[in-house]
Amino acid sequence: MGFETIVFYVFAAITVFSGMMVITVKNPVQAALFLVLTFFSTAAIWMLLEAEFLAITLVLVYVGAVMVLFLFVVMMLDINVARMRASFIKHLPLGLVVLALMIGMMLMIVGVDHFGADKFAEPARHAADYNNTRELGLVLYTIYVYPFEIAAVILLVAIVAAIALTLRRRANTKHQKPEQQIAVQRKDRIRMVNMKAEEQK
Amino acid sequence: MIELSDYLILAAIMFSISVAGIFLNRKNIIIILMSIELLLLSVNINFIAFSYYLNDLAGQVFVFFILTVAAAEAAIGLAILVVLFRNKRTIDVEELDTMKG
Repeated sequence: MGFETIVFYVFAAITVFSGMMVITVKNPVQAALFLVLTFFSTAAIWMLLEAEFLAITLVLVYVGAVMVLFLFVVMMLDINVARMRASFIKHLPLGLVVLALMIGMMLMIVGVDHFGADKFAEPARHAADYNNTRELGLVLYTIYVYPFEIAAVILLVAIVAAIALTLRRRANTKHQKPEQQIAVQRKDRIRMVNMKAEEQK
Repeated sequence: MIELSDYLILAAIMFSISVAGIFLNRKNIIIILMSIELLLLSVNINFIAFSYYLNDLAGQVFVFFILTVAAAEAAIGLAILVVLFRNKRTIDVEELDTMKG
């Protein structure tokens, strides 16, 4: 058993364990933290598959941004954990049956019979100067440049949607109205008064 | 030596765990959103494993786009969740029956 195999099995075990913990722990904050652990160990497995850029992206984007967002939202909300546990225990038998059935069915398909080493031989490792980021960039900015731009637009739409959904306008807050400020005329602001000068005594 | 089926089995187990998580946590939308993130992650493991064993970078490009869309989905989903909690004071799926669906 080589070093890479040991690394794979260790990180696969961490991934499966923390994935189980995500769906079973009582506290949503703990679930979010276990999800972070899942992302870290999955990033390590992607490193084994020579997808270095995506592994780093997973850590930066998911652990750094998305999970922080999750934690913020979890801590903002006030959740009644006790009622959720009752529902969890009620649904537990069905959930376990679904889990066992799905794993059983998928293992029949993706087992060694169809995707073993004789069908898909392990490719040789790239040389040490192979740059995964460069190779990915070369296809991303040429063949996939149009989907890349659409992805950028999707992110922009997500930003606008998230802000528009959560923005709250209170009735009594004071804020500027630029359209009215621009439309203002001289006569709206200045009143000419014609008055007699006072007499000197 | 690690075979392709090892990666696929890992991804299948993660996929099943997250589907079971959606079944188990009916009351808590946050855990359901986390399960969806796990689901997308397991699909990404499949993509990257095939990309490596078939020596084709297209799989990694797909993962890149899935990550983008998943981040957008998480942001919008959490925003909806915040608005929902502000209006109804609950994140229980079974109490969200305003539309009588």
